[in-house]
Amino acid sequence: MAKNDVKVLGAWPSPYVMRPRIALNIKSVNYEFLEETFGSKSELLLQSNPVHKKIPVLIHGDKPICESMIIVEYIDEVWTSGPSILPSDPYDRAIQRFWAAYVDEKWFAAMRGLRSAQGEERKAFLDQVTEGLALLEEAFGKCSKGKAFFGGDRIGLLDIAFGSFLGWLKVTEKVNGVKLLDEAKTPGLVKWAERFCADAAVKNVMPETEKLLEFSKVLAAKMKGAPPPKN
Amino acid sequence: MAELKLFRTWSSTFALRVVWALNLKGIQYDTIFEDLSNKSSLLLQYNPIYKKVPVLVHNGKPLVESLLILEYIDETWKQTPLLPEDPSERATARFWAKFGDDKVLLSVWNVFIKQGKDKEEAIVTAQENLGFVERQLTGKKFFNGETIGFVDLAFGWLANLPSVWEEICGVTLIDHEKFPMLSEWIQNFAGAPIIKESWPPRDKLITKYQALHEVYTSKEAPK
Repeated sequence: MAKNDVKVLGAWPSPYVMRPRIALNIKSVNYEFLEETFGSKSELLLQSNPVHKKIPVLIHGDKPICESMIIVEYIDEVWTSGPSILPSDPYDRAIQRFWAAYVDEKWFAAMRGLRSAQGEERKAFLDQVTEGLALLEEAFGKCSKGKAFFGGDRIGLLDIAFGSFLGWLKVTEKVNGVKLLDEAKTPGLVKWAERFCADAAVKNVMPETEKLLEFSKVLAAKMKGAPPPKN
Repeated sequence: MAELKLFRTWSSTFALRVVWALNLKGIQYDTIFEDLSNKSSLLLQYNPIYKKVPVLVHNGKPLVESLLILEYIDETWKQTPLLPEDPSERATARFWAKFGDDKVLLSVWNVFIKQGKDKEEAIVTAQENLGFVERQLTGKKFFNGETIGFVDLAFGWLANLPSVWEEICGVTLIDHEKFPMLSEWIQNFAGAPIIKESWPPRDKLITKYQALHEVYTSKEAPK
């Protein structure tokens, strides 16, 4: 397939943008990565995602597809000759989708809360994050059935959904001086994280922790300087 | 014979999505009505993380989150498909269902519970969101085309709850002039036999939401 038939609009620090890139790598699909400039939105982005105006957007031919996990499922359904990202059994698919939604709606929401919280509020978010990781450790045991990934022998939907947050997880550990993934409490996830980050489909799109840490400082400064939100 | 149980409440429109999907496909199932102020131990066992309805239990295995349950039903029982076959159409359907749950529902609910300036702002946001939804009906009877599908079921609450809320708080959000296609969709969807037969009783809904409205507006009332 010609490279310019498939484009991903995104930015290197975004975990959401990593997801379609990992999926395309799994399927060995060449694509053009169009990087948005931090702080502004291109015409192409505004046209392709008029509802949310957010990255990532996959542009396949002339069709834009939005929402990172919807894009991943689209990629799995279109490029059927590559390895499958979702399992074939409907119940296993439901479990993967359930945990992927949990990671986005509950767990990462708590991680984001941690970023700017202070005192008691910060402790509450930290507890939520840790409890979530305990649940995900248990889910890993059930989904992987002793194999390397949530998806089995190969990276699947839930690996992509959760693994894309590993860069920001490491930044959060450094900034807060805590260990979130811990050999004692989450041994399965510790080993899984190493395998995920080293995987061929992931390693070139996973940002280095140091670079992400620098970026998080730029982001924090920008958020401090931003006008107060409208109530 | 497969064992299928649906945990629901009398009013939950999320649970209704599952009722509609199963009825559209002609699938037999048992219903267990929950009282959310006194949740059964079975419900808590099947949905320990969210503790909510709906829960669909198929041969002892629980499924939660209504849109995920719909996808499971569609993949397990192939008659009367809810999602289209084409991958980009499927992605579009999933996008609009997610937009409905993430943005539209909350924005319409805010019109119902907010007061004063907040209410005015809520109306603007809700109408912007409804505008996006309206345009998806261009040239179509249902979001799915000629027949009811995934996105129609996802937006089913729009064909029932806003009119209840509008009656209670006196604001008409979905008027025929601003949203002609959505208004017509509401008629078509609400009038479809499978849908009509399962609506919760309107008088009970009015009582329930009247009580909720009083709770919210007394909290929000200016001092």
